[in-house]
Amino acid sequence: MSPRARTPLTPASTEPAKIRNFCIIAHIDHGKSTLADRMLQITGIVDERSMRAQYLDRMDIERERGITIKSQAVRMPWEVAGQSFALNMIDTPGHVDFTYEVSRSLAACEGAILLVDAAQGIEAQTLANLYLALDNDLAIIPVLNKIDLPAADPEKYAKEIASLIGGKPEDVFRVSGKTGQGVAELLDRVVEVVPPPAGDPNAPARAMIFDSVYDAYRGVVTYVRVIDGKLSPRQRIQMMSTRATHELLEIGVSSPEPTPSQGLGVGEVGYLITGVKDVRQSKVGDTVTDQAKPATQALAGYTDPKPMVFSGLYPIDGSDYPNLREALDKLKLSDASLNYEPETSVALGFGFRCGFLGLLHLEIITERLEREFGLDLIATAPSVPYGVTTEDGKVIEVTNPSEYPTGKIKTVTEPMVKVGILAPKDFVGTIMELCQSRRGALLGMEYLGEDRVEIRYNMPLGEIVFDFFDHLKSRTQGYASLDYEPSGEQEADLVKVDILLQGEQVDAFSAIVHKDKAYAYGVVMTERLKKLIPRQQFEVPIQAAIGARIIARESISAIRKDVLAKCYGGDITRKRKLLEKQKEGKKRMKMVGRVEVPQEAFIAALQGDEETKKKP
Amino acid sequence: MAGPLPEGLMPSADGRLPEGIVPNSQTPFSAYVHVPYCRVRCGYCDFNTYTSDELRGSRRETYGETVGREISLARKSLTRVGDNRAVSTVFFGGGTPTLLPAESLVAMLDELSATFECEADVEVTTEANPDTVDSAYFDTLVAGGFTRVSLGVQSVVPHVLATLDRTHDAERISGVVAAAKASGLAVSVDVIFGTPGETLDDWRRTLDAVVGFQLDHVSAYALIVEAGTALERRIRRGDVAPVDDDLHADMYELADEVLGGGGLAWYEISNWARTPETRSKHNLAYWRNHDWWGFGPGAHSHIAGARWWNVKHPAEYQQRLEAEKTPAVGYEIPDAPARELERLMLGLRLSDGLERAQTNQAEVLALVRDGLLIDEAAQGGQLVLTLAGRLRADEVVRRLVETDD
Ligand SMILES: Nc1nc2c(ncn2[C@@H]2O[C@H](COP(=O)(O)OP(=O)(O)OP(=O)(O)O)[C@@H](O)[C@H]2O)c(=O)[nH]1
Ligand SMILES: C[S@@+](CC[C@H](N)C(=O)[O-])C[C@H]1O[C@@H](n2cnc3c(N)ncnc32)[C@H](O)[C@@H]1O
Ligand code: SF4
Ligand SMILES: [Mg+2]
Repeated sequence: MSPRARTPLTPASTEPAKIRNFCIIAHIDHGKSTLADRMLQITGIVDERSMRAQYLDRMDIERERGITIKSQAVRMPWEVAGQSFALNMIDTPGHVDFTYEVSRSLAACEGAILLVDAAQGIEAQTLANLYLALDNDLAIIPVLNKIDLPAADPEKYAKEIASLIGGKPEDVFRVSGKTGQGVAELLDRVVEVVPPPAGDPNAPARAMIFDSVYDAYRGVVTYVRVIDGKLSPRQRIQMMSTRATHELLEIGVSSPEPTPSQGLGVGEVGYLITGVKDVRQSKVGDTVTDQAKPATQALAGYTDPKPMVFSGLYPIDGSDYPNLREALDKLKLSDASLNYEPETSVALGFGFRCGFLGLLHLEIITERLEREFGLDLIATAPSVPYGVTTEDGKVIEVTNPSEYPTGKIKTVTEPMVKVGILAPKDFVGTIMELCQSRRGALLGMEYLGEDRVEIRYNMPLGEIVFDFFDHLKSRTQGYASLDYEPSGEQEADLVKVDILLQGEQVDAFSAIVHKDKAYAYGVVMTERLKKLIPRQQFEVPIQAAIGARIIARESISAIRKDVLAKCYGGDITRKRKLLEKQKEGKKRMKMVGRVEVPQEAFIAALQGDEETKKKP
Repeated sequence: MAGPLPEGLMPSADGRLPEGIVPNSQTPFSAYVHVPYCRVRCGYCDFNTYTSDELRGSRRETYGETVGREISLARKSLTRVGDNRAVSTVFFGGGTPTLLPAESLVAMLDELSATFECEADVEVTTEANPDTVDSAYFDTLVAGGFTRVSLGVQSVVPHVLATLDRTHDAERISGVVAAAKASGLAVSVDVIFGTPGETLDDWRRTLDAVVGFQLDHVSAYALIVEAGTALERRIRRGDVAPVDDDLHADMYELADEVLGGGGLAWYEISNWARTPETRSKHNLAYWRNHDWWGFGPGAHSHIAGARWWNVKHPAEYQQRLEAEKTPAVGYEIPDAPARELERLMLGLRLSDGLERAQTNQAEVLALVRDGLLIDEAAQGGQLVLTLAGRLRADEVVRRLVETDD
């Protein structure tokens, strides 16, 4: 086993031949962060006392949920055969909502550890991330993790992996992130297999921004990978896309705490602090160059991730609206993928329509807003973005059903995704049935090893993003895994269903659904509202409508009795207070036409579909 | 809104009335005597009453004496503000007043009439649970000056009585009613409708029986599930069905029909009487916002615009009086909007209705249009509830005051 590096290499004066940049990629929960823990330990950069499980999952929300949301890059010293190396390791998230994080990390690396749980085998995100790594021409090191588990079957899964990426089953590394078994050998292997970075030390500086984070104390911290040349403290740098220039107030590496250095040279990964306040001024995908001697050609950047789902966020207490705006502005600083713009709803008041990468992203942002900023929020039913073309040729992107144009509609398009499902072969029938019922088109099927199959479908995003994964899990006893990526748009028979209370539309409940599902949606919502809205002094019809056509209706019959007859023993005060309380209660009602609806009823109706909130 | 003391604070220890209280000698004056004892607590009941094992340090045997102390305190307090009104009605309520010996009730009444003058035609009522009274009991009451009894019949249907935790048998009821009538007392019965499990037919049986008694007065109450009662817990746990407001409405309409058929006319939302003379004068005093002194633990008083209330526990009530301190623990002087709300919520309950003065004309029209107020009466300047309006009286009151803000 290799010893720890006795003489760690200094940033800015490490020759590229001694640098190895790699990331750990895997399906969710296959143990990336735990493996990273062992690496932090055996390279000696985190001592026993400070060590804690999933050390790099620093956000509260990551620790509570036990998942990684943000990639983390760490520089670690390592020695092989008496030679010191600088390893740069990036731990990545496994959840499909954060694939964008993975792809950015890959661009800063020459190699990837493809980690597979030895008790589970290859899963959908294993494949998705592997393909991403291959697209980036990375050297792949296949590794089976959790070999300490009694249920581990490394032989079987080594074969599965070998048949997927080529090579012999014996070449698949076996480690335990829990016990540390095999981790040192794995690092040796990284040094051996991952190519050193190539770049021109004498060319004008070019560094790729692969992450940009807002830190309350230090301002914006920008993570870069130097391709050519060198960056040094106090140097004036320029952002190639905006031509904005900044002074480098601090430059350094994470090891794993931020450690200022004399600069960063070719192939090195580290951070920059320029004093800018907004991550948008330090945009992910941009190229940093030297202001005095700028490069002429920017590096190929990243395309911004497009929001997949939209939801309206409203403060439960209307007076919190300015606080919500401020909170969103702050979160946006560290999460460039968050989009929002103001919107108003008759039922819910003032809020923001926000775009998210997926439901987990939505859930995490809402939770952070509530927790870190002390807000009470209500989120409207999530929707995917639709493209609506009207008869007169106008094209409108509809992210909020209430923006759906009222005039004649020519076509409606919906976003599509390529879906990969991995499951034991016995479940193929039931999975296909489910996908068919969600308007999927089969793209292909492939066996991985003997008993597991990858099934590929093209499906409308709107059909899978909400409750599909729950259905998939329950129909496959939890064995199926799911991944998806955007694959364009298709025209479809979509309609907008409105919900009307006594003839008045309640905007928060409008939904765009496929024609065949409109009726079911109408029935569910009208029934739910009937249960939630208190009886009024008059009958209240609740209708679901497509345009002027009513497709479902319920009605809340009028109150017939409200009087409290018992009024006894001269306690008039109590009776009067009851009436006064009723009067007060009325003030907290939202009015939809003449109908008084308690705010709680709206909230309960919107949250009715609890299962849609679980994480895929 | 409260007077010199913030609402809920103790009035002065010697029972001095809040400052600024000037009784009007024209306003009739009543006395209510609370008797806070019951054999068992019925599951629906949230009245201030105690079974013997809930009591520490206060004794039923000396209850009359303790009330006597409050009677003299009241005398002093009223005399101090120059109030010398005679009592026009007396009502013993509970709890179960008839758990005390009839002599004991009579002794309290004697004490009252000795201390306050009683008007010649004074109405003196006691509530009575059917299983605590017989002919001899009634005779003693009559001899002692009682004029009226209100019997807690509640229902004549055994499963309804059982759900209500009542201790009396359905069979006993008609005998007790007959004995009360024979004694010469004016007799009223209390019945409850809408008990979980009670059907419209069950309710009809009770109503038919009540009409069969040929009484001059009946009170029929919709069962209210009060917070903190055993009934509420049973409903929450799902042991018994929740009450259904629509069924309540049907039952109320049935009551009005059957009682009406039996010659009884509504004069207050929950009360029916054969003639205006047989209405309960004491109850009318409440609805008409007259003055009364409430004696006993937890009792409420209303004198010249001030409302106050006594400490609830009988032991504490006794201790305070023995220490020559007022048992009152809180009071309020409702401000003008609160008094207007009270005037509406009390007065609207009566078939005599309210004068429409001060109320919003447009809303009155809307209420007539919605079928909640009687059109002819409104045109004649009176606000009188229709049958539908009696069921939705809270809404009517709310609408009348809301438009006033
Ligand atoms: N027995 C055993 N458990 C492991 C091992 N490695 C990780 N685990 C457990 O697997 C679970 C997931 O581990 P993580 O390291 O958070 O997985 P991850 O891949 O980083 O997860 P995401 O970042 O959410 O994609 C945790 O409960 C770990 O304790 C291992 O080698 N053996
Ligand atoms: C002071 S109480 C009870 C008097 C007496 N102890 C008895 O139970 O017959 C007067 C009347 O109020 C009614 N009542 C008590 N609790 C009630 C409730 N929760 N809902 C409706 N009416 C109630 C009953 O009809 C009762 O007869
Ligand atoms: S007997 Fe009357 S006062 Fe006593 S608990 Fe029952 S209902 Fe209440
Ligand atoms: Mg992780």
